[in-house]
Amino acid sequence: MSEFWHMFSFHFMQRALLVGGLISLCAALLGVSLVLKRYSMIGDGLSHVGFGALAIASALHVAPLAVAVPVVVVTAVLLLRLSQNGKIKGDAMIAIISSSALAIGVICVSVTTGMNTEVSSYMFGSVLSLSRSDAILSAILSTVVLLLFVLFYPRLFAVTFDENFSKATGTRTELYNTLLAVLTAITVVLGMRMMGALLISSLIIFPALSAMRVCRSFKRVVICAACFSLTCFVVGTIASYFLETPTGASIVAANLLCFCICCVIGKK
Amino acid sequence: MAILQCENLCFAYDGSTVLEGVNFSLKAGSYLCIVGENGSGKSTLMKGLLGLKAPDGGHITFGEGLKSTEIGYLPQQTQLQRDFPASVWEVVLSGCLNSLGRRLFYSAEDKKRAAYNMERMGIEELRDRSYQELSGGQQQRVLLARALCATKKMLLLDEPVTGLDPIATGEMYNLIKLVNLCDNITVIMVSHDIHAAARYATHILHLGQKQLFFGTAAEYRESDLARRFLGGNRL
Repeated sequence: MSEFWHMFSFHFMQRALLVGGLISLCAALLGVSLVLKRYSMIGDGLSHVGFGALAIASALHVAPLAVAVPVVVVTAVLLLRLSQNGKIKGDAMIAIISSSALAIGVICVSVTTGMNTEVSSYMFGSVLSLSRSDAILSAILSTVVLLLFVLFYPRLFAVTFDENFSKATGTRTELYNTLLAVLTAITVVLGMRMMGALLISSLIIFPALSAMRVCRSFKRVVICAACFSLTCFVVGTIASYFLETPTGASIVAANLLCFCICCVIGKK
Repeated sequence: MAILQCENLCFAYDGSTVLEGVNFSLKAGSYLCIVGENGSGKSTLMKGLLGLKAPDGGHITFGEGLKSTEIGYLPQQTQLQRDFPASVWEVVLSGCLNSLGRRLFYSAEDKKRAAYNMERMGIEELRDRSYQELSGGQQQRVLLARALCATKKMLLLDEPVTGLDPIATGEMYNLIKLVNLCDNITVIMVSHDIHAAARYATHILHLGQKQLFFGTAAEYRESDLARRFLGGNRL
């Protein structure tokens, strides 16, 4: 038991729990809207773009988040615009952009530093990769994401449920779709450091899907998803500390378990 | 004073005209049915009225202080909505979206209006039920209550009885007529159901990539066009 409390005395664990908790909350809230709007894959696509951006940033020796956040935000807005108006439809567009960005990232890495631990931590995540400045930036940005989500909740609900109706009654739906994309982009980049580019999208999708198995109103789904996400994050992180498993993968495993339990409960 | 006036309206997609020469005006409290075959321009005209698509020629003028954002719209249901986790209350309340203005959350007055419209549609006991669990007829009544929250003057209904059984269809038509008569709300409905259109509506607009007919339902019943459209059967 003393070992359990000892865990919290490490600075990196305190940081990981605080920042990770905030990011999990953001991902879960946004995830509900994204899953319902059939944009689940957007998180996956953006994380690959994020990987590309981080790889280039580390090759150029500049602050990784300062490069990745704007790049991914711009991609998210572009993705939304192109998938609505362009000749190539949404899912194909995401696939093209994400694999291209991943390819560029991999080429960039192999030419410069090679596959070192830093690059591998972008791929699979690591609690240790959070520096102090990263942690502060992450905490501020995720607080902003949470605040915006709560303040625009009635509008986000209306736009998610029925875009045409909202548009017809004078709501600027493009604005809220863009807001959603930008918030998602920020969350994905912040979450990537800890979860890894390959696993971050599960943080967005799983809690929403689990919550939808057991709840039938939007508000309850949102609240439930937030609770599930936070719980799974804490359980996953603590498990990874004791079992010495990768943090991101452990959190995903916890989410998978939660989803299975919800499926069983929801069937009744 | 007309509540809606369309002058020489014309719509095109990518340069090819899909609807032209639409000229009609509607008094407040009318009940207009827009009929026509698939691809006749019904949905396009609807989008134009809602301000979702700008006309490529002509004018739409609203009277009596109505704005296009104050039209209560009942869209066709999408597949997405059928498995959407939302309570009936949440859906109806979202109809008050256009009265939010700069406010972030719904006011007590908005909530009162939502409750009142639920009562009118006879769905107040479904308040906490999930929208996706309701029958087709109940779902349409929820969406009608939401549309009523968005307007005091005009309802625009896009094929509101598609997929409903005969009983639910009848109930839906009666509710719409009731709102039209009791609250003097102007109703514009796109419909395939020509028989019901001729029975409930005061005016008919028949489209076929241009305006083929506009007039009262009684005139329409006597027209050659109605006879041809119905395959020889008189209404």
